[in-house]
Amino acid sequence: MTRILALVLGLTGTIASAEDLKLAVTTSFHNSGLSEILLPAIAEDTGITVQLLVVGTGQAIRLGEAGDVDAILVHSRPAEDAFLADGYGTHRREIMYNDFVFIGPVADPAAIADADTAADALARIAQTEAVFVSRGDDSGTHKKELSLWDAADVSRGGDWYRPVGAGMGAALNTAAGMNAYILADRASWLNFGNKADLGLLFAGDPVLFNQYAYIPVNPELHGHIKADLAVKLEDWLTSPRAAELINSYTINGETLFTFNAQPAS
Amino acid sequence: MGEIWEGLMAGLWLVVTLDPDLVEITLRSLQVTLTAVVIGSAIALPFGAWLAIRRFRHRRATIALLNALMGLPPVVVGLIVYLLLSRSGPFGVLGLLFTPTAMIIAQVIIITPLIASIAHQSIRDIWSEYHDLLISLSTTKRQRIATLIWDGRRALMTASLAGFGRAIGEVGAIMIVGGNIDHATRVLTTAIALETGKGDFALALGLGFVLIGLAIAVNVATHMIGRTESDGKW
Repeated sequence: MTRILALVLGLTGTIASAEDLKLAVTTSFHNSGLSEILLPAIAEDTGITVQLLVVGTGQAIRLGEAGDVDAILVHSRPAEDAFLADGYGTHRREIMYNDFVFIGPVADPAAIADADTAADALARIAQTEAVFVSRGDDSGTHKKELSLWDAADVSRGGDWYRPVGAGMGAALNTAAGMNAYILADRASWLNFGNKADLGLLFAGDPVLFNQYAYIPVNPELHGHIKADLAVKLEDWLTSPRAAELINSYTINGETLFTFNAQPAS
Repeated sequence: MGEIWEGLMAGLWLVVTLDPDLVEITLRSLQVTLTAVVIGSAIALPFGAWLAIRRFRHRRATIALLNALMGLPPVVVGLIVYLLLSRSGPFGVLGLLFTPTAMIIAQVIIITPLIASIAHQSIRDIWSEYHDLLISLSTTKRQRIATLIWDGRRALMTASLAGFGRAIGEVGAIMIVGGNIDHATRVLTTAIALETGKGDFALALGLGFVLIGLAIAVNVATHMIGRTESDGKW
Protein backbone atom coordinates (compact mmCIF):
# COMPACT_ATOMS: atom_id res chain seq x y z
CA MET A 1 0.00 0.00 0.00
CA THR A 2 2.77 2.41 0.95
CA ARG A 3 4.49 1.56 -2.31
CA ILE A 4 1.43 2.43 -4.33
CA LEU A 5 1.15 5.65 -2.37
CA ALA A 6 4.80 6.43 -3.03
CA LEU A 7 4.32 5.72 -6.72
CA VAL A 8 1.32 8.04 -6.87
CA LEU A 9 3.33 10.71 -5.09
CA GLY A 10 6.16 10.14 -7.53
CA LEU A 11 3.84 10.55 -10.50
CA THR A 12 2.24 13.69 -9.17
CA GLY A 13 5.73 14.97 -8.47
CA THR A 14 6.04 15.75 -12.17
CA ILE A 15 3.82 18.77 -11.61
CA ALA A 16 5.78 21.45 -9.80
CA SER A 17 3.94 22.84 -6.80
CA ALA A 18 3.54 26.57 -6.22
CA GLU A 19 6.10 26.69 -3.40
CA ASP A 20 8.99 25.16 -5.36
CA LEU A 21 11.92 27.41 -6.09
CA LYS A 22 14.76 26.41 -8.39
CA LEU A 23 18.15 27.58 -7.16
CA ALA A 24 21.35 26.97 -9.10
CA VAL A 25 24.26 26.53 -6.68
CA THR A 26 27.93 25.77 -7.10
CA THR A 27 29.22 22.25 -6.64
CA SER A 28 31.45 23.46 -3.83
CA PHE A 29 28.41 24.72 -1.88
CA HIS A 30 26.64 21.39 -2.23
CA ASN A 31 29.64 19.06 -1.77
CA SER A 32 30.37 20.80 1.52
CA GLY A 33 27.17 19.29 2.94
CA LEU A 34 25.80 22.67 4.10
CA SER A 35 22.78 22.42 1.80
CA GLU A 36 21.59 19.34 3.69
CA ILE A 37 21.44 21.48 6.85
CA LEU A 38 19.90 24.58 5.28
CA LEU A 39 17.23 23.14 2.99
CA PRO A 40 15.15 21.38 5.67
CA ALA A 41 15.32 24.53 7.84
CA ILE A 42 14.18 26.68 4.89
CA ALA A 43 11.27 24.34 4.20
CA GLU A 44 10.31 24.40 7.87
CA ASP A 45 10.49 28.19 8.34
CA THR A 46 9.19 29.48 4.99
CA GLY A 47 7.39 26.55 3.40
CA ILE A 48 9.59 26.89 0.31
CA THR A 49 10.94 23.68 -1.22
CA VAL A 50 14.27 24.68 -2.70
CA GLN A 51 15.16 22.53 -5.71
CA LEU A 52 18.93 22.62 -6.02
CA LEU A 53 20.66 22.44 -9.37
CA VAL A 54 24.25 21.67 -8.53
CA VAL A 55 26.44 23.05 -11.31
CA GLY A 56 29.55 25.15 -11.77
CA THR A 57 29.28 28.94 -11.46
CA GLY A 58 29.58 29.28 -15.25
CA GLN A 59 26.59 27.02 -15.88
CA ALA A 60 24.65 28.53 -12.96
CA ILE A 61 24.93 31.89 -14.67
CA ARG A 62 23.79 30.43 -17.98
CA LEU A 63 20.76 28.88 -16.25
CA GLY A 64 19.93 32.27 -14.74
CA GLU A 65 20.27 34.02 -18.10
CA ALA A 66 17.93 31.53 -19.77
CA GLY A 67 15.42 31.84 -16.93
CA ASP A 68 15.60 28.14 -16.08
CA VAL A 69 16.16 28.89 -12.39
CA ASP A 70 14.65 31.50 -10.06
CA ALA A 71 17.88 32.52 -8.33
CA ILE A 72 21.57 31.63 -8.21
CA LEU A 73 24.07 31.25 -5.37
CA VAL A 74 27.59 31.53 -6.77
CA HIS A 75 31.12 32.66 -5.99
CA SER A 76 32.84 34.48 -8.80
CA ARG A 77 32.68 38.27 -8.50
CA PRO A 78 33.59 39.20 -12.11
CA ALA A 79 31.00 36.78 -13.53
CA GLU A 80 28.38 38.04 -11.06
CA ASP A 81 29.04 41.66 -11.97
CA ALA A 82 28.71 40.88 -15.68
CA PHE A 83 25.45 39.01 -14.99
CA LEU A 84 24.04 42.05 -13.18
CA ALA A 85 25.38 44.55 -15.72
CA ASP A 86 23.51 42.71 -18.48
CA GLY A 87 20.30 42.98 -16.50
CA TYR A 88 19.79 39.25 -15.86
CA GLY A 89 19.66 39.65 -12.08
CA THR A 90 17.90 42.16 -9.85
CA HIS A 91 20.67 42.63 -7.28
CA ARG A 92 23.55 40.86 -5.55
CA ARG A 93 23.49 39.99 -1.87
CA GLU A 94 26.54 38.61 -0.08
CA ILE A 95 25.67 35.67 2.18
CA MET A 96 28.80 34.01 3.53
CA TYR A 97 32.43 33.25 2.83
CA ASN A 98 35.08 30.63 3.27
CA ASP A 99 38.47 30.27 1.65
CA PHE A 100 40.27 28.37 -1.05
CA VAL A 101 43.03 26.01 -0.01
CA PHE A 102 45.81 24.17 -1.81
CA ILE A 103 45.55 20.41 -1.53
CA GLY A 104 48.40 18.13 -2.55
CA PRO A 105 50.39 15.01 -1.77
CA VAL A 106 51.40 14.98 1.90
CA ALA A 107 55.04 14.43 0.82
CA ASP A 108 54.77 17.86 -0.90
CA PRO A 109 57.41 17.51 -3.66
CA ALA A 110 56.95 21.17 -4.69
CA ALA A 111 57.28 22.36 -1.07
CA ILE A 112 54.28 24.69 -1.35
CA ALA A 113 53.78 24.48 2.41
CA ASP A 114 56.76 26.88 2.68
CA ALA A 115 55.35 29.30 0.10
CA ASP A 116 54.68 32.91 1.17
CA THR A 117 51.75 33.62 -1.16
CA ALA A 118 49.29 31.67 -3.30
CA ALA A 119 51.09 32.86 -6.43
CA ASP A 120 54.39 31.65 -4.98
CA ALA A 121 52.82 28.23 -4.29
CA LEU A 122 51.72 27.93 -7.92
CA ALA A 123 55.14 29.07 -9.14
CA ARG A 124 56.74 26.30 -7.08
CA ILE A 125 54.37 23.71 -8.60
CA ALA A 126 55.18 24.95 -12.11
CA GLN A 127 58.93 24.90 -11.39
CA THR A 128 58.97 21.30 -10.19
CA GLU A 129 56.35 20.35 -12.79
CA ALA A 130 54.43 18.48 -10.12
CA VAL A 131 51.09 17.15 -11.40
CA PHE A 132 48.32 19.72 -10.92
CA VAL A 133 44.61 19.00 -11.48
CA SER A 134 42.50 21.92 -12.66
CA ARG A 135 38.69 21.98 -12.53
CA GLY A 136 38.64 23.24 -16.11
CA ASP A 137 34.85 23.70 -16.05
CA ASP A 138 34.41 27.47 -15.93
CA SER A 139 33.29 27.26 -12.31
CA GLY A 140 34.04 29.85 -9.61
CA THR A 141 36.91 27.75 -8.29
CA HIS A 142 38.30 27.38 -11.82
CA LYS A 143 38.09 31.13 -12.47
CA LYS A 144 39.88 31.78 -9.18
CA GLU A 145 42.58 29.29 -10.10
CA LEU A 146 43.11 30.94 -13.50
CA SER A 147 43.42 34.38 -11.90
CA LEU A 148 46.02 32.98 -9.50
CA TRP A 149 48.03 31.51 -12.38
CA ASP A 150 47.94 34.92 -14.08
CA ALA A 151 49.20 36.50 -10.84
CA ALA A 152 51.97 33.90 -10.56
CA ASP A 153 52.96 34.71 -14.14
CA VAL A 154 54.30 31.26 -14.99
CA SER A 155 53.61 29.04 -17.97
CA ARG A 156 51.38 26.05 -17.32
CA GLY A 157 51.49 24.42 -20.74
CA GLY A 158 53.18 21.19 -19.72
CA ASP A 159 51.97 17.65 -19.41
CA TRP A 160 51.75 18.09 -15.65
CA TYR A 161 48.81 20.51 -15.87
CA ARG A 162 45.59 18.49 -16.19
CA PRO A 163 42.20 20.20 -16.60
CA VAL A 164 39.53 17.57 -15.94
CA GLY A 165 36.34 19.53 -16.69
CA ALA A 166 34.47 18.21 -13.67
CA GLY A 167 32.85 19.32 -10.43
CA MET A 168 34.74 19.83 -7.19
CA GLY A 169 34.22 16.30 -5.86
CA ALA A 170 35.07 14.57 -9.13
CA ALA A 171 38.19 16.73 -9.54
CA LEU A 172 39.28 15.86 -5.99
CA ASN A 173 38.80 12.18 -6.81
CA THR A 174 41.04 12.63 -9.86
CA ALA A 175 43.66 14.43 -7.78
CA ALA A 176 43.53 11.66 -5.18
CA GLY A 177 44.02 9.08 -7.92
CA MET A 178 47.02 10.88 -9.45
CA ASN A 179 48.39 12.13 -6.11
CA ALA A 180 48.30 15.62 -7.59
CA TYR A 181 48.01 19.20 -6.40
CA ILE A 182 44.63 20.92 -6.68
CA LEU A 183 42.91 24.14 -5.63
CA ALA A 184 39.73 23.46 -3.65
CA ASP A 185 37.43 25.34 -1.34
CA ARG A 186 37.91 24.46 2.30
CA ALA A 187 34.37 23.18 2.84
CA SER A 188 34.42 20.67 0.00
CA TRP A 189 37.81 19.43 1.11
CA LEU A 190 36.75 18.86 4.72
CA ASN A 191 33.62 17.02 3.63
CA PHE A 192 35.42 14.92 1.02
CA GLY A 193 35.43 11.19 1.76
CA ASN A 194 38.32 9.91 -0.39
CA LYS A 195 41.34 11.89 0.82
CA ALA A 196 43.88 9.10 0.05
CA ASP A 197 47.42 10.53 0.44
CA LEU A 198 46.36 14.14 0.02
CA GLY A 199 46.54 16.85 2.66
CA LEU A 200 45.87 20.56 3.10
CA LEU A 201 49.21 22.18 2.33
CA PHE A 202 48.69 25.90 1.90
CA ALA A 203 46.04 28.42 3.01
CA GLY A 204 45.70 31.87 4.50
CA ASP A 205 46.69 34.22 1.66
CA PRO A 206 44.00 36.99 1.63
CA VAL A 207 43.68 36.50 -2.14
CA LEU A 208 42.14 33.07 -1.43
CA PHE A 209 39.05 34.67 0.16
CA ASN A 210 35.91 33.08 -1.28
CA GLN A 211 32.67 35.09 -1.12
CA TYR A 212 29.31 33.46 -1.89
CA ALA A 213 26.55 35.73 -3.17
CA TYR A 214 22.85 35.29 -3.87
CA ILE A 215 21.34 36.83 -7.02
CA PRO A 216 17.60 36.60 -7.83
CA VAL A 217 16.91 36.30 -11.56
CA ASN A 218 15.25 39.36 -13.08
CA PRO A 219 11.48 38.66 -13.36
CA GLU A 220 11.10 41.41 -15.97
CA LEU A 221 12.91 39.17 -18.47
CA HIS A 222 11.04 35.99 -17.59
CA GLY A 223 7.41 36.15 -16.49
CA HIS A 224 7.44 32.69 -14.87
CA ILE A 225 10.20 33.56 -12.36
CA LYS A 226 8.96 33.22 -8.79
CA ALA A 227 10.25 36.60 -7.66
CA ASP A 228 8.25 36.67 -4.42
CA LEU A 229 9.66 33.31 -3.35
CA ALA A 230 13.16 34.47 -4.29
CA VAL A 231 12.72 37.50 -2.00
CA LYS A 232 11.42 35.29 0.79
CA LEU A 233 14.43 33.01 0.42
CA GLU A 234 16.80 35.99 0.46
CA ASP A 235 15.21 37.23 3.68
CA TRP A 236 15.73 33.82 5.22
CA LEU A 237 19.33 33.44 3.98
CA THR A 238 20.24 36.79 5.56
CA SER A 239 18.33 36.14 8.81
CA PRO A 240 19.84 35.44 12.26
CA ARG A 241 18.54 31.87 11.95
CA ALA A 242 20.61 31.32 8.78
CA ALA A 243 23.60 32.99 10.45
CA GLU A 244 23.42 30.58 13.35
CA LEU A 245 23.07 27.48 11.14
CA ILE A 246 25.87 28.54 8.76
CA ASN A 247 28.32 29.58 11.49
CA SER A 248 27.69 26.47 13.57
CA TYR A 249 28.19 24.02 10.69
CA THR A 250 31.44 22.25 11.44
CA ILE A 251 33.22 19.13 10.31
CA ASN A 252 35.79 17.65 12.73
CA GLY A 253 35.54 20.82 14.79
CA GLU A 254 36.44 23.12 11.87
CA THR A 255 34.09 25.90 10.82
CA LEU A 256 33.38 25.73 7.07
CA PHE A 257 31.56 28.95 6.29
CA THR A 258 31.30 32.36 7.94
CA PHE A 259 28.06 34.28 7.61
CA ASN A 260 28.60 37.90 6.49
CA ALA A 261 25.29 39.16 5.07
CA GLN A 262 24.57 42.79 5.87
CA PRO A 263 21.10 43.67 7.22
CA ALA A 264 18.84 45.14 4.55
CA SER A 265 19.31 48.88 4.26
CA MET B 1 38.69 -5.01 -2.79
CA GLY B 2 37.69 -3.67 0.62
CA GLU B 3 35.67 -0.92 -1.00
CA ILE B 4 33.69 -3.33 -3.17
CA TRP B 5 32.86 -5.38 -0.08
CA GLU B 6 31.83 -2.23 1.80
CA GLY B 7 29.68 -1.24 -1.18
CA LEU B 8 27.94 -4.59 -1.19
CA MET B 9 27.25 -4.25 2.54
CA ALA B 10 26.04 -0.65 2.13
CA GLY B 11 23.72 -1.73 -0.68
CA LEU B 12 22.35 -4.63 1.35
CA TRP B 13 21.81 -2.38 4.34
CA LEU B 14 19.91 0.16 2.23
CA VAL B 15 17.65 -2.55 0.85
CA VAL B 16 17.06 -4.36 4.15
CA THR B 17 16.15 -1.18 6.01
CA LEU B 18 14.03 0.06 3.05
CA ASP B 19 15.79 3.42 3.26
CA PRO B 20 13.09 6.00 2.32
CA ASP B 21 15.41 7.96 0.02
CA LEU B 22 16.44 4.77 -1.73
CA VAL B 23 12.82 3.68 -2.22
CA GLU B 24 11.99 7.12 -3.61
CA ILE B 25 14.79 7.30 -6.17
CA THR B 26 14.35 3.66 -7.15
CA LEU B 27 10.66 4.22 -7.83
CA ARG B 28 11.51 7.34 -9.82
CA SER B 29 14.08 5.40 -11.87
CA LEU B 30 11.43 2.80 -12.61
CA GLN B 31 8.74 5.38 -13.31
CA VAL B 32 10.89 7.31 -15.80
CA THR B 33 12.37 4.30 -17.56
CA LEU B 34 9.21 2.16 -17.74
CA THR B 35 7.22 5.11 -19.11
CA ALA B 36 9.95 5.69 -21.69
CA VAL B 37 9.96 1.98 -22.63
CA VAL B 38 6.16 1.89 -23.01
CA ILE B 39 6.11 5.03 -25.19
CA GLY B 40 9.21 3.92 -27.12
CA SER B 41 7.75 0.45 -27.75
CA ALA B 42 4.40 1.87 -28.84
CA ILE B 43 6.23 3.82 -31.53
CA ALA B 44 9.01 1.39 -32.36
CA LEU B 45 7.29 -2.01 -32.54
CA PRO B 46 4.67 -1.10 -35.18
CA PHE B 47 7.31 0.90 -37.04
CA GLY B 48 9.71 -2.06 -37.04
CA ALA B 49 6.95 -4.36 -38.33
CA TRP B 50 5.85 -1.86 -40.97
CA LEU B 51 9.45 -1.53 -42.12
CA ALA B 52 9.71 -5.33 -42.45
CA ILE B 53 6.69 -5.82 -44.70
CA ARG B 54 6.62 -2.60 -46.63
CA ARG B 55 8.78 -2.18 -49.75
CA PHE B 56 9.59 1.38 -50.73
CA ARG B 57 12.27 3.36 -52.46
CA HIS B 58 14.53 4.39 -49.63
CA ARG B 59 13.98 1.31 -47.48
CA ARG B 60 17.64 0.33 -47.34
CA ALA B 61 18.73 3.82 -46.41
CA THR B 62 16.02 4.01 -43.74
CA ILE B 63 17.14 0.72 -42.20
CA ALA B 64 20.78 1.75 -42.28
CA LEU B 65 19.89 5.06 -40.64
CA LEU B 66 17.81 3.29 -38.00
CA ASN B 67 20.69 0.95 -37.19
CA ALA B 68 23.07 3.88 -36.99
CA LEU B 69 20.73 5.70 -34.60
CA MET B 70 21.08 2.79 -32.16
CA GLY B 71 24.41 4.35 -31.30
CA LEU B 72 22.92 7.80 -30.67
CA PRO B 73 25.13 9.41 -28.01
CA PRO B 74 22.90 10.02 -24.95
CA VAL B 75 24.80 13.10 -23.89
CA VAL B 76 24.09 14.78 -27.25
CA VAL B 77 20.41 13.83 -27.02
CA GLY B 78 20.40 15.32 -23.54
CA LEU B 79 21.95 18.54 -24.75
CA ILE B 80 19.49 18.93 -27.64
CA VAL B 81 16.46 18.17 -25.45
CA TYR B 82 17.87 20.61 -22.89
CA LEU B 83 18.15 23.40 -25.46
CA LEU B 84 14.64 22.69 -26.79
CA LEU B 85 13.05 22.69 -23.34
CA SER B 86 15.05 25.55 -21.82
CA ARG B 87 13.01 28.66 -21.06
CA SER B 88 14.91 30.41 -23.84
CA GLY B 89 14.28 27.50 -26.25
CA PRO B 90 11.30 26.82 -28.54
CA PHE B 91 9.38 24.71 -25.99
CA GLY B 92 10.38 26.80 -22.97
CA VAL B 93 6.82 27.93 -22.23
CA LEU B 94 5.91 24.38 -21.24
CA GLY B 95 8.28 24.64 -18.26
CA LEU B 96 9.36 21.02 -18.66
CA LEU B 97 13.10 21.37 -18.10
CA PHE B 98 14.29 19.69 -14.87
CA THR B 99 11.17 17.54 -14.53
CA PRO B 100 10.76 13.75 -14.88
CA THR B 101 8.84 14.44 -18.10
CA ALA B 102 11.96 15.91 -19.67
CA MET B 103 13.90 12.80 -18.64
CA ILE B 104 11.25 10.57 -20.24
CA ILE B 105 11.42 12.56 -23.50
CA ALA B 106 15.21 12.17 -23.66
CA GLN B 107 15.02 8.44 -22.94
CA VAL B 108 12.31 7.85 -25.54
CA ILE B 109 14.56 9.46 -28.17
CA ILE B 110 17.50 7.32 -27.08
CA ILE B 111 15.76 3.93 -26.99
CA THR B 112 13.18 4.12 -29.81
CA PRO B 113 15.70 3.49 -32.63
CA LEU B 114 17.19 0.59 -30.65
CA ILE B 115 13.81 -1.09 -30.07
CA ALA B 116 12.69 -0.45 -33.67
CA SER B 117 15.91 -1.89 -35.07
CA ILE B 118 15.78 -5.11 -33.07
CA ALA B 119 12.03 -5.43 -33.71
CA HIS B 120 12.59 -5.01 -37.44
CA GLN B 121 15.22 -7.74 -37.51
CA SER B 122 13.09 -10.30 -35.71
CA ILE B 123 9.87 -9.49 -37.56
CA ARG B 124 11.65 -9.76 -40.87
CA ASP B 125 12.44 -13.42 -40.04
CA ILE B 126 8.82 -14.16 -39.13
CA TRP B 127 7.61 -12.32 -42.21
CA SER B 128 9.64 -14.58 -44.51
CA GLU B 129 7.79 -17.54 -42.96
CA TYR B 130 4.35 -15.96 -42.93
CA HIS B 131 4.57 -14.10 -46.21
CA ASP B 132 2.74 -16.58 -48.48
CA LEU B 133 0.11 -17.41 -45.91
CA LEU B 134 -0.80 -13.83 -45.10
CA ILE B 135 -0.81 -12.81 -48.76
CA SER B 136 -3.02 -15.77 -49.76
CA LEU B 137 -5.49 -14.88 -47.00
CA SER B 138 -5.61 -11.41 -48.61
CA THR B 139 -5.09 -9.69 -45.27
CA THR B 140 -4.87 -5.92 -44.97
CA LYS B 141 -1.57 -4.29 -44.06
CA ARG B 142 -2.88 -3.48 -40.59
CA GLN B 143 -3.85 -7.13 -40.00
CA ARG B 144 -0.47 -8.34 -41.17
CA ILE B 145 1.35 -6.00 -38.78
CA ALA B 146 -0.90 -7.08 -35.91
CA THR B 147 -0.33 -10.78 -36.66
CA LEU B 148 3.43 -10.37 -36.92
CA ILE B 149 3.62 -8.40 -33.68
CA TRP B 150 1.48 -10.93 -31.83
CA ASP B 151 3.33 -14.01 -33.10
CA GLY B 152 6.68 -12.35 -32.62
CA ARG B 153 5.88 -11.10 -29.14
CA ARG B 154 8.68 -12.94 -27.41
CA ALA B 155 11.32 -11.53 -29.71
CA LEU B 156 9.72 -8.10 -29.40
CA MET B 157 9.85 -8.40 -25.63
CA THR B 158 13.60 -8.80 -25.99
CA ALA B 159 13.64 -5.63 -28.07
CA SER B 160 11.77 -3.72 -25.36
CA LEU B 161 14.01 -5.16 -22.65
CA ALA B 162 17.07 -4.03 -24.59
CA GLY B 163 15.52 -0.54 -24.57
CA PHE B 164 14.90 -0.84 -20.85
CA GLY B 165 18.49 -1.90 -20.29
CA ARG B 166 19.84 1.07 -22.18
CA ALA B 167 17.52 3.54 -20.43
CA ILE B 168 17.79 2.37 -16.81
CA GLY B 169 21.58 2.62 -16.75
CA GLU B 170 21.77 5.89 -18.66
CA VAL B 171 23.20 8.93 -16.89
CA GLY B 172 24.48 11.45 -19.45
CA ALA B 173 21.18 12.66 -20.88
CA ILE B 174 19.05 12.58 -17.74
CA MET B 175 21.70 14.40 -15.74
CA ILE B 176 21.50 17.28 -18.23
CA VAL B 177 17.73 17.48 -18.68
CA GLY B 178 16.77 16.36 -15.15
CA GLY B 179 19.38 18.26 -13.17
CA ASN B 180 19.61 15.59 -10.44
CA ILE B 181 17.36 17.59 -8.08
CA ASP B 182 16.81 15.89 -4.73
CA HIS B 183 13.18 14.74 -4.29
CA ALA B 184 12.32 15.84 -7.84
CA THR B 185 14.52 14.34 -10.56
CA ARG B 186 17.13 12.28 -8.74
CA VAL B 187 17.32 8.71 -10.01
CA LEU B 188 19.70 5.83 -9.24
CA THR B 189 22.31 6.65 -11.88
CA THR B 190 22.51 10.37 -11.09
CA ALA B 191 22.64 9.57 -7.36
CA ILE B 192 25.60 7.26 -8.03
CA ALA B 193 27.37 10.06 -9.92
CA LEU B 194 26.67 12.42 -7.01
CA GLU B 195 27.97 10.08 -4.29
CA THR B 196 31.08 9.37 -6.36
CA GLY B 197 31.63 13.14 -6.49
CA LYS B 198 31.48 13.27 -2.72
CA GLY B 199 34.08 10.51 -2.53
CA ASP B 200 31.57 8.25 -0.78
CA PHE B 201 32.36 5.15 -2.82
CA ALA B 202 30.64 2.68 -0.51
CA LEU B 203 27.25 4.35 -0.87
CA ALA B 204 27.77 4.91 -4.61
CA LEU B 205 28.59 1.24 -5.07
CA GLY B 206 25.67 0.23 -2.85
CA LEU B 207 23.31 2.18 -5.10
CA GLY B 208 25.01 0.54 -8.09
CA PHE B 209 24.23 -2.92 -6.76
CA VAL B 210 20.62 -1.87 -6.18
CA LEU B 211 20.47 -0.70 -9.81
CA ILE B 212 21.86 -3.99 -11.12
CA GLY B 213 19.42 -5.90 -8.90
CA LEU B 214 16.56 -3.82 -10.23
CA ALA B 215 17.49 -4.55 -13.85
CA ILE B 216 17.63 -8.27 -13.10
CA ALA B 217 14.30 -8.16 -11.25
CA VAL B 218 12.52 -6.41 -14.11
CA ASN B 219 13.89 -8.89 -16.65
CA VAL B 220 12.96 -11.92 -14.56
CA ALA B 221 9.50 -10.51 -13.91
CA THR B 222 8.96 -9.92 -17.63
CA HIS B 223 9.90 -13.49 -18.43
CA MET B 224 7.62 -14.82 -15.72
CA ILE B 225 4.68 -12.80 -17.02
CA GLY B 226 5.51 -13.85 -20.59
CA ARG B 227 5.87 -17.49 -19.45
CA THR B 228 8.93 -18.06 -21.57
CA GLU B 229 10.96 -21.21 -21.04
CA SER B 230 8.07 -23.01 -19.33
CA ASP B 231 5.95 -26.08 -20.08
CA GLY B 232 6.76 -26.68 -23.68
CA LYS B 233 6.51 -23.03 -24.66
CA TRP B 234 9.48 -21.22 -26.06
